[in-house]
Amino acid sequence: MSESSVRPSGQTSGAPFETSSGRLRPGGRAWTRSTARAFQGAVGKMPWLTKICFLWLILVILAAALADLIPGLADPNYQGFVFGDGKTNEGPTASHWLGTDNVSRDILARLIYGARVSLIFAFSLVAAGIIIGGTLGSIAGYFRGPLETFLMALVDTWLSFPALIGLVFVTTMLGMRNLLVLVLVGSIFVWPSYTRIARATALSVSGQDFVTAARAIGTSRRQILVREIFPNVLPAMLAYSLVGLPVLIILESTLSFLGLGVEIPTASWGGMINQARQDLLINIWPAVWPAAMLFMTVYSFNNLADWVRKQAAARSAAI
Amino acid sequence: MAISQEPVDTSTPSESMEGSEILRVEDLHTSFFLPIGELQAVRGVSFTLKRGQSLGIVGESGSGKTVLARSIMGLTLAKHVEISGKAFFNGRDLLTLSRREMRSLWGTEIAMIFQDPMTSLNPMVKIGRQVIEHLRQHKNVDRREAKQIALDLLNEVRIPEAESRIDRLPHELSGGMRQRVSIASALACEPSLLFADEPTTALDVTVQHQILNLLSREQRQRNMTMVLVTHDLGVIAGRTDETLVMYAGKVVEQAPTAEIFDNTQHPYTEALMRSIPRTSQPSHTPLAAITGRPPVATHLPKGCAFSPRCPYVQPRCHEEDPSLVSIGTSEHKAACWYPVGSDANREAFERNLSDRLPQTLAVAEALDADQGSETSADVPDGELT
Amino acid sequence: MQKMIVGRLTRLVVTVLVVSFVTFVGVNVLPGDPVNALIPIDAQQDREFVEQIREEWGLNDPMVVRYGRWLGDAVQGDLGRSLVTGQPVTDEITHRLPITLELMAVAVGFSLLIAVPLGAFSGYREGRRSDRLVSGLAQAGLSLPVFVTGLILIYVFALRLQWFPAVGWNRLSDGLGPNLKSVALPALSLAVTEIAVYTRVLRSDMIATLKENYILSARAKGLTDRFVLFRHGLRPSLLTLVTVVGLNIGFLIGGSLVIEYLFAIPGLGKRLFSAIQQRDFMMVQAITVLITVFYVIVNTATDLVYMVVDPRIRRTN
Repeated sequence: MSESSVRPSGQTSGAPFETSSGRLRPGGRAWTRSTARAFQGAVGKMPWLTKICFLWLILVILAAALADLIPGLADPNYQGFVFGDGKTNEGPTASHWLGTDNVSRDILARLIYGARVSLIFAFSLVAAGIIIGGTLGSIAGYFRGPLETFLMALVDTWLSFPALIGLVFVTTMLGMRNLLVLVLVGSIFVWPSYTRIARATALSVSGQDFVTAARAIGTSRRQILVREIFPNVLPAMLAYSLVGLPVLIILESTLSFLGLGVEIPTASWGGMINQARQDLLINIWPAVWPAAMLFMTVYSFNNLADWVRKQAAARSAAI
Repeated sequence: MAISQEPVDTSTPSESMEGSEILRVEDLHTSFFLPIGELQAVRGVSFTLKRGQSLGIVGESGSGKTVLARSIMGLTLAKHVEISGKAFFNGRDLLTLSRREMRSLWGTEIAMIFQDPMTSLNPMVKIGRQVIEHLRQHKNVDRREAKQIALDLLNEVRIPEAESRIDRLPHELSGGMRQRVSIASALACEPSLLFADEPTTALDVTVQHQILNLLSREQRQRNMTMVLVTHDLGVIAGRTDETLVMYAGKVVEQAPTAEIFDNTQHPYTEALMRSIPRTSQPSHTPLAAITGRPPVATHLPKGCAFSPRCPYVQPRCHEEDPSLVSIGTSEHKAACWYPVGSDANREAFERNLSDRLPQTLAVAEALDADQGSETSADVPDGELT
Repeated sequence: MQKMIVGRLTRLVVTVLVVSFVTFVGVNVLPGDPVNALIPIDAQQDREFVEQIREEWGLNDPMVVRYGRWLGDAVQGDLGRSLVTGQPVTDEITHRLPITLELMAVAVGFSLLIAVPLGAFSGYREGRRSDRLVSGLAQAGLSLPVFVTGLILIYVFALRLQWFPAVGWNRLSDGLGPNLKSVALPALSLAVTEIAVYTRVLRSDMIATLKENYILSARAKGLTDRFVLFRHGLRPSLLTLVTVVGLNIGFLIGGSLVIEYLFAIPGLGKRLFSAIQQRDFMMVQAITVLITVFYVIVNTATDLVYMVVDPRIRRTN
């Protein structure tokens, strides 16, 4: 196994240290393949609750991605009562499985399109965090020097500012708030924590034998950064992302709840709850459904993240 | 037994004391059930201790000596443990007692000193409190009285300026001083049985000596029964009355301490003996390490557990596990088919030498080196340099 | 130790400077003219009048000059006047700050009260049914957004049971009873997440602590389980908790903004929210800086407490 995980390409493969250090370098195609296999086996070993969470997440992600293709799903913004073919605050019916909200829109459709907003927001920010934070952190952790000092001071300062306040501030000022703008603004606030993690990982990776070995045979520093450091920083950041996803989903819903998320009438869970809260005593369901969706999705991510962490801990304990 | 103020090294065996039986262990087994299988840490150990006596338990790490001590004391070791056998303390079988009953014995009747004074004292609790907290809980001593007792104890274990150190935190003391605090704490309720589990392993060589002497002195003065667990035969030499040598969870040799040194029977004991550094040897004499590794307790070899490493090993050793039987005197027992010093042993050695068995060659080499430096195989005096 | 304190204080000052400057720049670069906050819409067409106002408020000076002026005043305790009400910003802050502080303090206090025994117990019973229950609940608590918790509490305890008011605030000067009634639900909403975080941290720390040798040696002295747990186990673990409470203050600030909005509490968070919407830049600037100062001070303080209390950390310095 340690043999096969050494990447076949690259000028470093002839180095005498190569095979012994191969296990330390999870980069490359073989790694991807073994991860996929490990992943398949892992799902089978999950406790039942985690399995349910995992299935739920797959369901939500699929529904959000394929919302436009789901047959019979209502238009999330269609207000039937305006055209005389729908009622407000309706209970579950054959055409509206979860009923309608206080302006007679289909709740199920809004939940699914709301999931789209939440998930795009969360996943895009994770990607932004990995790209920006991963690059900056790897550079800081590998090249060290004044650049690192400056970057980390910036990160520290940035992190001492509550992100929610900043987001509220910027989104209000902007006036225009579509998903793209929200993601761009959000990435201003996610990069510091990713940079911190990437830098710490890069720092420890730089000390490993295979990096020294690569340097000893004259690999350029930039190549080492791209081929050795970044692939090893990535797993740490993916693990962190799993913890970050639920936080970002909560963040998006909170912004929407405050009326600072995607502009109405675009469906979002937080926005649905905000709209429904005025009529809690009349009809609680338009608030209950998105709240439940939100809770279950966030809980599923948390549960899955905890499980992954436990697995990782057990594995490092076994080694 | 009279309180002895003599230097500890010139110890006298304490057979003379009235000595009623205080601890009797019968056929004790301890197994851990791990994912990789059953780990038999202790495999049928029996011994008896009289009041005021001291016992040394010697063996490499993994030989089961610490597990044995903790099993007797009833300190939970891990989750999936099974302990069987009997351990009578003053006539009561400790293994049948409830947690609550055990707790009333811990500290007051049976105390334990742990290996690493760096970690066995709570870094956030003042040392004075750690010395007497159990005294206050067990015996309802009031605060001021307890403080006085703590002070007396710290003085007794020779902590200089005890008055000012009583309110310090452990990290402000050196390793040796901390172990003295642990000893003071163990002595606080005047236990009748003291387990010392590798009490000096984590300490500097010079400090080791002082701590061992302190322990021996306290043991004598208080007529306390002590079990000293160690991997180093040099530690128990001249300090304990009895010695138990353990290998792979079993007792392989058992005798009065002086007898063990004078008349070694088991090849493993002999090997341990050879690995004690001696002052009489010129410095830089290589220590004779024991060839091979201790067996993994989940996969014990058939026959004698020491056979894969034994320089005298014969076909029979791989087949049958020798039991512990009296050799010469009734007090001296060993578990070996070819005990050291016997003719059979000598023949076995010659045979293995001509077969060029690696561990036998290693021993022969060490013997040559020994003769070169003109040392007789005298009893090590416990002096460690 | 002293060097450490000086270092922290320097960092505090630098952070405040950077954040105030960034806020200042943000306020001026982002779309939205402060003048719009100053004068009514119909008057905004009058170019001369607008120019006059700009001159009056010094809006035509370069940004750096304006920042310098603001900073100079701020150092002397003058945070300027609200562009909307014309009142000194400091007056409004001193009026509203106690409300937000009370809300956060009650939330943290309540959380610790619940989380410390819960986390300690859960760690002590690691792997048992009671631990799994506590851990499961903590995970669920962590998955509830603050505003959802708040809404649930409002629905059950204010709208249905009518034990507490759904919105509004009674100051302490209105009497302790009404004050406590109005703080209960908002603080509890904030506390749910905090309890979950604290419990998890304390539990895992407790599990690690209970594996320490000194716990074994304390038990070998025949001390009762409860004594070992609280005297020897909890104390080292509490230190980690203190840091987490400090680190989590950022969440708490954000959370109180949401909670003040939901419960219509006239605290600092709600004021910041409305100030942002009104483009009341002086107010936004002041409150933002105040929050940052508060956050950094709390973190510096927890670090210092940690250093003073934990002998293991002190030793390494």
